[in-house]
Amino acid sequence: MKITLKIWRQKTSQDKGKFVTYKLDDVSKEMTFLEMLDYLNEKIIMEGEIPIAFDSDCREGICGSCGLYINGRPNGPQKGVTTCQLSMSAFKDGDKITVEPWRSKAFPVLKDLIIDRNAFDELIQSGGYISVNTGAAPEANSIPIKKENSEIAFDAGVCIGCGSCVAACKNASAMLFISAKVSQYAVLPQGQVEAKERVQAMIKKMDELGFGNCTNTGACEAECPKEISLTNIARLNREFLAAKIS
Amino acid sequence: MTKLNAKIPEGLLAEKWTKHKASVKLVSPANKKKLDIIVVGAGAAGASAAASLGELGYNVKVFVFHDSPRRAHSIASQGGINATKNYKNDADSDYRLFYDMIKGGDFRAREANVYRAAEISNNIIDQYVAQGVPFAREYSGYLANRSFGGVQVSRTFYAQGQTGQQCTLAAYQAMSRQIKAGKIKLFSRRDVLDLVVIEGKARGIITRNLLTGEIERHSAHAIVFATGGYGTIYYLSTLAINSNGSAALAAYKKGALIANPSMAQIHPTSIPVLNEYQSKLTLMSESLRNDGRVWVPKKKDEKRPPNEVPEEDRDYYLERKYPAFGNLVPRDVASRAAKERCDAGYGVGKTGLAVYLDFRDAIQNQGKETIVGKYGTLFDLYRKVTGINPYEEPMRIYPASHYTMGGLWVDFNLMTTIPGLYAIGEANFSDHGANRLGASSLMQCAGDGYFILPVTIGDYLADEIMTPTISTDTPEFEQAEKEVLEKLKKLLSINGSQTVKSFHKKLGNILWTYSGMQRNEEGLKKALEMIKELNDEFWKDLKIPGGLYELNQEFEKAKRVADFFDLAQLIILDALNRKESCGAHFREEFQTKEGEPKRDDENYSYVASWEYVDENTPPKLHKEQLTFEFVKVTQRSYK
Amino acid sequence: MRSFLGTSVAKKIVMALAGLFLIIFLLVHLTINLFLLSDDPNPFNNAANFMAANPIIKAFELVLFAGFLIHITWGVILQIQNWLARPKKYIKHHSSQTSFFSKYMIYLGVIIFIFLIIHFVNFYFVKLGWVEGDPENFYDMAHKLFKIPVYSIIYLICFLFLAFHLHHAFQSAFQTIGLNHPKYTPTIKLIGTLYSIIVPLGFAIIPVIIYFFK
Repeated sequence: MKITLKIWRQKTSQDKGKFVTYKLDDVSKEMTFLEMLDYLNEKIIMEGEIPIAFDSDCREGICGSCGLYINGRPNGPQKGVTTCQLSMSAFKDGDKITVEPWRSKAFPVLKDLIIDRNAFDELIQSGGYISVNTGAAPEANSIPIKKENSEIAFDAGVCIGCGSCVAACKNASAMLFISAKVSQYAVLPQGQVEAKERVQAMIKKMDELGFGNCTNTGACEAECPKEISLTNIARLNREFLAAKIS
Repeated sequence: MTKLNAKIPEGLLAEKWTKHKASVKLVSPANKKKLDIIVVGAGAAGASAAASLGELGYNVKVFVFHDSPRRAHSIASQGGINATKNYKNDADSDYRLFYDMIKGGDFRAREANVYRAAEISNNIIDQYVAQGVPFAREYSGYLANRSFGGVQVSRTFYAQGQTGQQCTLAAYQAMSRQIKAGKIKLFSRRDVLDLVVIEGKARGIITRNLLTGEIERHSAHAIVFATGGYGTIYYLSTLAINSNGSAALAAYKKGALIANPSMAQIHPTSIPVLNEYQSKLTLMSESLRNDGRVWVPKKKDEKRPPNEVPEEDRDYYLERKYPAFGNLVPRDVASRAAKERCDAGYGVGKTGLAVYLDFRDAIQNQGKETIVGKYGTLFDLYRKVTGINPYEEPMRIYPASHYTMGGLWVDFNLMTTIPGLYAIGEANFSDHGANRLGASSLMQCAGDGYFILPVTIGDYLADEIMTPTISTDTPEFEQAEKEVLEKLKKLLSINGSQTVKSFHKKLGNILWTYSGMQRNEEGLKKALEMIKELNDEFWKDLKIPGGLYELNQEFEKAKRVADFFDLAQLIILDALNRKESCGAHFREEFQTKEGEPKRDDENYSYVASWEYVDENTPPKLHKEQLTFEFVKVTQRSYK
Repeated sequence: MRSFLGTSVAKKIVMALAGLFLIIFLLVHLTINLFLLSDDPNPFNNAANFMAANPIIKAFELVLFAGFLIHITWGVILQIQNWLARPKKYIKHHSSQTSFFSKYMIYLGVIIFIFLIIHFVNFYFVKLGWVEGDPENFYDMAHKLFKIPVYSIIYLICFLFLAFHLHHAFQSAFQTIGLNHPKYTPTIKLIGTLYSIIVPLGFAIIPVIIYFFK
C-alpha cells in the first residue's frame, strides 16, 4: 500500500527542527510500524541521506524504549500496544501519517524522534524502591500477601516507563507513572514502611522536573500500552493525603 | 598464557561455597570507600551487582547503552525464576536443582558453580520478595510455583509472563536507591569500545557517548562486565535488537578467553518468522508447555484448520517420543524435535516452518479463567503479534535464537583470565553447560549479581586498597583510545554501497543455516569461508551515513556487526572443534540411533576456551577439563 | 503546611475540596432561587434577607469566598504549570479517548468567573451598597433582569457552561481526594452526571419561566 509520512526531523537538541514528508509506495500490511520505518531508513541511506533516528530495542513491547506520537496519539491508533507492536494493518492505502516525538518539558528532544527520558529515572531515584539491602531479606513466605493485593501490585508494576502517559496527557503529567510505582508498594506489606516518604518524595520530584499535574482527563489510561488504570492515581492521591494528615 | 585455573575450592560439593565465603579476603568499610568499580550493563545481573556493591560502600560507575538501565533485555524474560524452596513438598532440594542443571546442560558445566547457583537460589527469592516483586500467589497468600522444561518438580516462581520485568525493575530500583545515595554514578547511552589493561590488570574502559559521539576514558580498580548474550548475531532472535557481543569481544582481544562460543540456545517456542521485513522474533515463554500440547498433523498435506483436525490425526510428537517428560523436555530437545517434524514435511502455517502449541485441553480441564491467570499477558502478546486468538486456535511456534550459554571464561570467583575483570550473568559461560534450562537465567543473573560477585570481588580488591584512584592519563589509556578511534574511523571511511542491516541479515542467515540447531563439518567449513568473504565485503562496501561525533545509530550498529564478524568466526571454530554432540550443539555426525545427541566424554569433557592471538593467527584453544565428582555422567534421557 | 500546599497534588486536593464545597453551596443557592417562581415575593426576599442578616451565615460567607478564591487561584496556578509542562505543542491534535470537558475546565471556569462578576454587580454589590438598588427586594430585581432577553440568554449560556464544568468536576473531585473504587465510582459518576444536568437546569428554567409566563 501507499502511504505518506510526515516526520519530525531535528538534528540536535538545539536545532529548531521541521517536518519532512516521505512517500512509500510498497508498504506491506505485515510490517510493524517500526519495521516500516526501518524500511524507510534503508531507502534514505541508499539515497545518501541521514536516516531518521528513533529509539527501540526489545521490539516486543516490554523494554519501553520506543514510543512515537502517531497521528495525534501515542503509539498510534491501536489500543494497548507500544509503538513497536503497532501493526501497519492499522492503516490503509493512501493514509497520511504524522509522526512526532513525545512533547514535554521534562522530555527534551535529542534528535529526530529520540527524547531524553532521564526524568523517569530521577523519579524512581527519588523514592520508587523499597530500602532493603542485599542479604537483609526474611524468608519469602514469612509474610503472606493477599492474592488480590499481589495482583494489584503486579498490574501497577507492569509499567514499562515508556512515557506514553506523559505524551498523551494534555498537561504532560507523570502522575500515572508515579502512581503505578506508589500503588505497587502501597498494597504490599514490604512497601508500607516507607509509604509516606515515598509518595511525598516522588510527587515533589515530579513538580521539580517540570511535569504538569493531573486533571483526571484519562488520556494516560487510554493510551498506556500496558493499560495501567486511573485507580492508581486515586490511590496515589489517597496515599498522599494520608501521609500528610497522619 | 598459563593453564586455566578455575580455582574451585576443595571439599564436599555442598560446602564449597560456604567454606570459600569464610576464607575470602575482606575489605574494610573504610577502604571500600576508596575503591572504584565499573559495572557495564545493568540488567538482572549488572543492576543487582551495582546495587549490592553500592550498599557495601564501593564507588560504583554503571554504564549502559540504553537511555535508562530499566531497558536492559532481562526485562523481557518471561516465564520465571527457579528456587529450591520446596514449597510444593515435591522432594525438591539444592541437589536436585543442581542435578537438573548439570544434566540439562548435558554434562558440560562446572559442578561447583552449578551447585552454588542452586544453593543461593532461595536467597534470591527472599531478596526479590523483600524488594516488592509481585510474584504469583495462592489464595492463602503464599507464593505459587509452576513447572518448567527438563524438570519433574514445580520450583519456578513467576509473575505472570513478566517475571524478568518485575525482577529486573526490582534490581534497577535498588540501584536507583544507591544512585540517590551517591554511591553509584550512572552513565547512560554509552557503548563500551575497549578494555584498558594496565600492568596485566583491568583498569578501565573506553566508551563512546552515544549522544555526542565523544570518546571517553573511565578508570576503576575492578571492572565487571554484565553485558548479556550475543544471540542477535543470528540477526533474527528473541533478543532485543541492540543486544550485542562487543564488550565481550573487546575483553577477548585484550586477553580474556571466550568459552564455548558455539553453545547457543535455540528456543523452541518463538512466534515463527512471518515475513521478510521482520526485525525480531517474539518469544513465547517455555512455561506455556506446562499446559500447552505440542503437535503437528499426522498427514503431510493436512488442509483442515487446526481445530478441525480430529484427535486421531494429530501427532503429539513430544509426548510420543519422550513419555516421561512429554511437552516439558529441555529446550534443545524440543527445538530439534520441531525442526525434525518440519523438515520431514509435517510443519504447519504458510511456510511449513511451524508447529502447533495447543491449549484446547487445558482450557477444557482448568477453565479459561485459570489459563488467563497463568498466561494472560503471553496470550495477549501472541494475539498482538499474529492476530490469532490463542484461546480459540492453537498457537503456531518455531525455534529461534535465544540465549548464549557460551561467553567469557570465568573462574569460581567469576573473574576472567584478566585480573580485575569479572563477567556475570549471561556474559559469562559458567553455569549452563551445553544447554540452559528454563527459568535458570534470571536465577544465575541474580545469584551472580546479588550474592556471588559482591563476595568474590572483595577477595581481589583486598590487595588493591593501597592503589590510589587510577589515572586515565596513562599510555595504556592513550593507546587504547587511539586504537579505538582508528578502527571507528576506518569503519566510517569505507563509503561503500550496502547498509549494515543487509550485512547483518546475510551473516545471520549463514549462521542459522550452518551453525543453528544442527551442524556438520562440511557445512561449518563452508560457513567459515562464507563469513570471511562477507567480512571482506563488509570492510569494502559498507555504507554508513553521518559522522563519528554525533548521535549516529547506523554507526552504532556497524560497530556491533563488525564485532559480530569476529565472533561468528569464533563460533564456527568452536563448533568445528567439538566433534561430539551435546545439548544445543548438535553435530549431525554424532548422534544416537534415535537421533539424540551423542557425547564423547572421553575427548570432549572440557570447556573450550579461546585465546586471541592476533588478526592473522587463529585463536588458541585452552581446555578446562571438567571433572564430575558428585554426579554420574550418563546419556541424557527424557524418555 | 507550606510543604503541604507546595506540591501540585496538595493544591489539587484543596481545590477539589473547595470545589465540592461549592457544589453543595450551589444546591442551597438553587433552593432559594426556586422561590423566584412563586408569585409571592416574600418567601424569596425573606430567604435572601435571612442569608444577609444571620451572623452564622455571614461567617459562612467568608468561608464561601475563601472557597471561591482557593478554587480559582489554585486552578489558575495549576493550569499555568500545565501549560509550561509542554512548551512545544503537537501539530496533530489529540484524539485520545478522554473525559471531554476536562480539557476545557479552565476556559469554562473563566466564563463562570465572568458570570460571577455580573452576578456580584447585580446582587451582592447592591447588598453592600456599592451599586444602586433595593437590597430589600431582590425578587423584583431578579424578575426585572430576567425580562431582559439578552441578560437571560447570557444567563442560560453561563449555566450551560457550568453544566459542562460540573460534569467533569464532580467525579474528578472524588478521584483527586483518592476516592476511586470499582464498586462505587460508577455510582459517583452517575450522580455527577445527574447533578451536572439537574442543578444547572434548575437554575436555567427560572429565567425561562419568568420570561414567558410571569
